[in-house]
Amino acid sequence: MDQDFIDTLLLTGKLAGWTTAILFVIGFPIAYLLAYRRFPLKSVAEALISMPMVLPPTVLGFYMLMAYSPQGALGSFLQSVFDVRLAFSFGGVLIASVIFSMPFMIQPLQNGLTAIPKSLREASYTLGKSEFTTFVRVLIPNMIPSIITAVAMTFAHCIGEFGVIIMVGGNIPGETRVASIAIYDEVQAMNYQTANQYSLVLFLISLVILTVIFSINKRKITTI
Amino acid sequence: MIQKENIESKSNSVPLEDLGVLSISIQHAMHTSEGKKMLEVSTQIMPHELLCLFGHSGAGKTTILRILAGLTKPDKGRIVFGNTVWFDSEKKINLPPQQRNVGFMFQDYALFPNMSIEKNIRFAQKEKDEAEVEKLLNLFDLAELRHRKSGQLSGGQKQRVALARALAAKPSVLMLDEPLSALDCEMRAALQHEIRKAHQLLKTITLMVSHDKHEIIKLSTSVMVLRNGTVEKCGKAEEIFGKSSNHNGEHKTACMNLCVH
Repeated sequence: MDQDFIDTLLLTGKLAGWTTAILFVIGFPIAYLLAYRRFPLKSVAEALISMPMVLPPTVLGFYMLMAYSPQGALGSFLQSVFDVRLAFSFGGVLIASVIFSMPFMIQPLQNGLTAIPKSLREASYTLGKSEFTTFVRVLIPNMIPSIITAVAMTFAHCIGEFGVIIMVGGNIPGETRVASIAIYDEVQAMNYQTANQYSLVLFLISLVILTVIFSINKRKITTI
Repeated sequence: MIQKENIESKSNSVPLEDLGVLSISIQHAMHTSEGKKMLEVSTQIMPHELLCLFGHSGAGKTTILRILAGLTKPDKGRIVFGNTVWFDSEKKINLPPQQRNVGFMFQDYALFPNMSIEKNIRFAQKEKDEAEVEKLLNLFDLAELRHRKSGQLSGGQKQRVALARALAAKPSVLMLDEPLSALDCEMRAALQHEIRKAHQLLKTITLMVSHDKHEIIKLSTSVMVLRNGTVEKCGKAEEIFGKSSNHNGEHKTACMNLCVH
């Protein structure tokens, strides 16, 4: 296997791994707020988070690209103050990927939290436990299947992402050229064998991840 | 409520507040299946009292417990326990459940499924005390089940764990929301004994929601009868429905008899 092939797969894993990790950290508080708090325009917030599920990836990619552009407010600010250019860079692709994969992390977490009987939280509060202690000791351990689903769906979705990445990142080897882009690129160049290699690896990775995760998930459900 | 004068005379130098009198005066709009109802309760509950709340569904029994525990915020009023103001709508005081030190036993028991029985009890403790955990496990006949999780327990066993857990927190007020409703007659009779034991152990106020007149007569020191959100009657169980429940031709089942004896 040539270095380019390995680099592309490593970059794909790096993007999916970072996206999942970032979304796990920011997704939990958002899911908690959506599950348990009432606030104005909550439906709008929920709709916005779910938008990537129905929006063509190219639409989001287009707006992200406009925002990153040095002519745009965000792009020019980042360029002039921090000397950072997000368009056609790994950082830019990562931000777009985090936004685009958000519902895949937040929705299972939110569903997991709302599925836990309210009385469990209330029992913990009456026993003198803070919201944070209740979250860590009572809620998280009783929603492990939902957490596994959220992580699995986010990671798998991210590995297969194409539209947003090609819009925001283009096809720069080692920077933004992930496996799904490479497949498209190799097919355009009529290198079907290489395209097949990438496709097979992506197929197997996705299948193995989902199978392992769902089997763990099933075991957890039966033990709870 | 009823024994106020007695307690005052017995405790001469100790002011009533220090013994932990629970003063309630609340108004709250309840949204029930039959529409909106106003819950209006004003009463004083004396220390060591085991007060049963009795009434039809939707009368406001559970809501009163939830309001006292800090799980539901009343629209208006004041709740004071001993010297501590739990709730005062005028002064905008509303202590969270964590600061009220109540033991709440939920209708569905609300045991933490991820923890064993032993861990459920240990989790409730404010300070780690293994001897106390052992004592509670033995008291409620749970020692052999200590490593089981709630999913592996029967209704009666869950109820005992829930009681033991509520006691482990050493609450100032114990609240039981229909604790025996899901149990068969034999289990019910046995667990009424556990509740009495729990109340005696705590030496504090116990509030219990119950639909069973015989159970109330057996356990309570006083009863509050609620109808559509207002207090209809208050007093000793025998005075309120002692005679009527025996002589008005009410259907008595074998279960009731078993529970009484």
